[in-house]
Amino acid sequence: MAEPCAVVGVGQTKYQSTRGDVSIAGLVREAALRALEDAEMTWRDIDAVVIGKAPDMFEGVVMPELYLADALGCAGKPMLRVHTAGSVGGSTALVAASLVQAGVHQRVLTVGFEKQSESDAMWALSRPLPFAPPTLAGAGGYFAPLIRAYIRRANAPDHIGIMVGVKDRLNALRNPYAHLQIEDISFEKVAESPMLWDPIRYLETCPSSDGACAMVLTDEAGGRRAAKPPAWVLGAAIRSEPTMFAGRDAVNPKAGRDCAADLYAQAGITDPYRQIDVAEIYVPFSWYEAMWMENLGFAPDGEGWKMVDSGATSVEGDMPINPSGGVLSSNPIGASGMIRFAEAALQVRGQAGAHQVDGAHIALGHAYGGGSQFFAMWIVGSELRGSA
Amino acid sequence: MRDVAVVAFAQSPIVRREEFRNEVEILLPVVHDAIAASGVGRKEIGFTISGSCDYLAGAPFSFVSGLDAVGAWPPIRESHVEMDGAWALYEAWVRLQHGDLDSALVYAFGKSSLGPLVDILVLQLDPYYVAPLWPDSISIAALQARAWLEKGHKESELAEVVARSRRNAQSNPNAQLSGDADPEALLAEPYFTSPLRRHDCPPISDGAAAVVLATGELARRVCERPAWIRGIDHRIEPHGLGVRDLTRSVSTADAGRRAGVGEKPVDVAELHAPFSHQELIVAEALGLDGTTDINPSGGALAGNVVMAAGLTRIGEAASRIMDGRAGRAVAHATSGPALQQNLVCVLEGTDG
Repeated sequence: MAEPCAVVGVGQTKYQSTRGDVSIAGLVREAALRALEDAEMTWRDIDAVVIGKAPDMFEGVVMPELYLADALGCAGKPMLRVHTAGSVGGSTALVAASLVQAGVHQRVLTVGFEKQSESDAMWALSRPLPFAPPTLAGAGGYFAPLIRAYIRRANAPDHIGIMVGVKDRLNALRNPYAHLQIEDISFEKVAESPMLWDPIRYLETCPSSDGACAMVLTDEAGGRRAAKPPAWVLGAAIRSEPTMFAGRDAVNPKAGRDCAADLYAQAGITDPYRQIDVAEIYVPFSWYEAMWMENLGFAPDGEGWKMVDSGATSVEGDMPINPSGGVLSSNPIGASGMIRFAEAALQVRGQAGAHQVDGAHIALGHAYGGGSQFFAMWIVGSELRGSA
Repeated sequence: MRDVAVVAFAQSPIVRREEFRNEVEILLPVVHDAIAASGVGRKEIGFTISGSCDYLAGAPFSFVSGLDAVGAWPPIRESHVEMDGAWALYEAWVRLQHGDLDSALVYAFGKSSLGPLVDILVLQLDPYYVAPLWPDSISIAALQARAWLEKGHKESELAEVVARSRRNAQSNPNAQLSGDADPEALLAEPYFTSPLRRHDCPPISDGAAAVVLATGELARRVCERPAWIRGIDHRIEPHGLGVRDLTRSVSTADAGRRAGVGEKPVDVAELHAPFSHQELIVAEALGLDGTTDINPSGGALAGNVVMAAGLTRIGEAASRIMDGRAGRAVAHATSGPALQQNLVCVLEGTDG
């Protein structure tokens, strides 16, 4: 059996358009130091570092972990660099957890970051590959047709995406780290914002952020003696499928459904809607909340949008989704998945501050990437066993 | 730790320029060969992981199309490191320690012919203080070689390394550079970036490599003589060239100690040393003496597929265990400027 793994420290930077006050090294170090402080540890306590980020073209530095080794106290230690597209923040946390679960290390620091102000993400995402059809439209252009397919398939009303855009920005007002703080957010304001990639409006899409997120993970002994309540990793799963082939359902991908099934089996979850108290899921475009509700098994096929419509996914609802404000409110791409995983941990540790969901004991962290083809998820709980 | 072994290795021919095949087309037959040789069914592979670098293709997500070589359907457990495939193999070895999966596919690829590699590698340096000076990868290696020579070494030692690499590569059908080189003749060549001559530097290469790992019982069942991983460790040093003694590789020495290199004699060592002087620095760090056959494949000087060269070292070392030519082998991989990050893997043919 694998060794249990606990989250004992979480650190985040303030997310904003441009962190011109710090270098890339300064940015990751800020998050890492906060995670160490939360864990009441120092650099000396860390056995290994696992860092993740999305494409290197987002900053223009090739394999930046080499340069960041100094800032993250890695000298003489093992350092790994993960890159799995948008899911990378989640995958990175899972690689770090894997080192603990394998019994290879006892205390691992993991960091996800992006400093998007250094380059241009739209450009970097649209570089044509030799011999491959170019999209030249960034992520929104890629996902808009999938959203339209969902709307048609589920016969969903137009206002669902707008509702998510409002809800996540209201949640962000209770999260001091969130990038977007739109005090006068309203249904009308989102509805009247410009259409970017039909049906995705400006206020239904994620911002481009600078930011970093870090966690300290330990083995069971480390979790037991942690200074603050730990979050126990009760399940961890990844799945990938190819970008394109005729039999693929890109709207409700099998990789996501398989990943959730594997995850729930590990965590002893048979009824996710009832057993999971709060979820932080990767929603870069508003409609993806409704779509992932179905992919994750919170709602039957074709009915994910009804959870949004009924208010079930609000902080006060039955199944709070993204109380932190989510990717729609902060999106340093390489960190966004790890922020989901870290926010899930904060919820079950009771450390989520003003956006804490009362009585959260079991939480889901979710990330996806590529053309909805890479998935990384974990379930964390306030108790190690028998709580789900 | 759970017993994990290399049970199959495959690689493409290492060539200067793959004119007519993209990365997936280079990779597909390599992955196919490795899986076929492993005796593990493609759909039985428990974990898949790759190593590659976006900047070689000049576009994001080069690993995404790599998935098409694997046939990721039904969906698979899969991950990727923006590192040499040797580190992908390390992550696979870690994952197999959990106990629930029994096999892993590891692959890596690089097509350096698509761009100016020595300039691209400048972008790997500290972006604020070093990269703006545009020190290319060969100049940095030359600085290291100069420091090493000034410790009392001779250029003839470098020529000996190159001559042996070329000679050994004659028996490696996948090598890019091979031949009967005379050290005296090599020393008569002009400097390229002093004190390095062109032959002290790695060729620019295109290619791919793949390894299949299996745990205890499965490895014994599918492979007559698995190459058991008896130790594997990797360490990184500070990035700043000025804060390191470039004539020594302390991270290689540390990783080698932790992997148990010195516990028993080493028959064969495959060292990922893109530059001739680096082979001598790494061999010294690992405490290898004249009894070890170093780089029988020719090493990175005979073919250097960036992102796959380290994994290839593990594959070449494992092959020599699997076919009975060696009993105990050491493989090494490096990354970053002037040997900043190093991985050491000890492989043995003896079971249990």
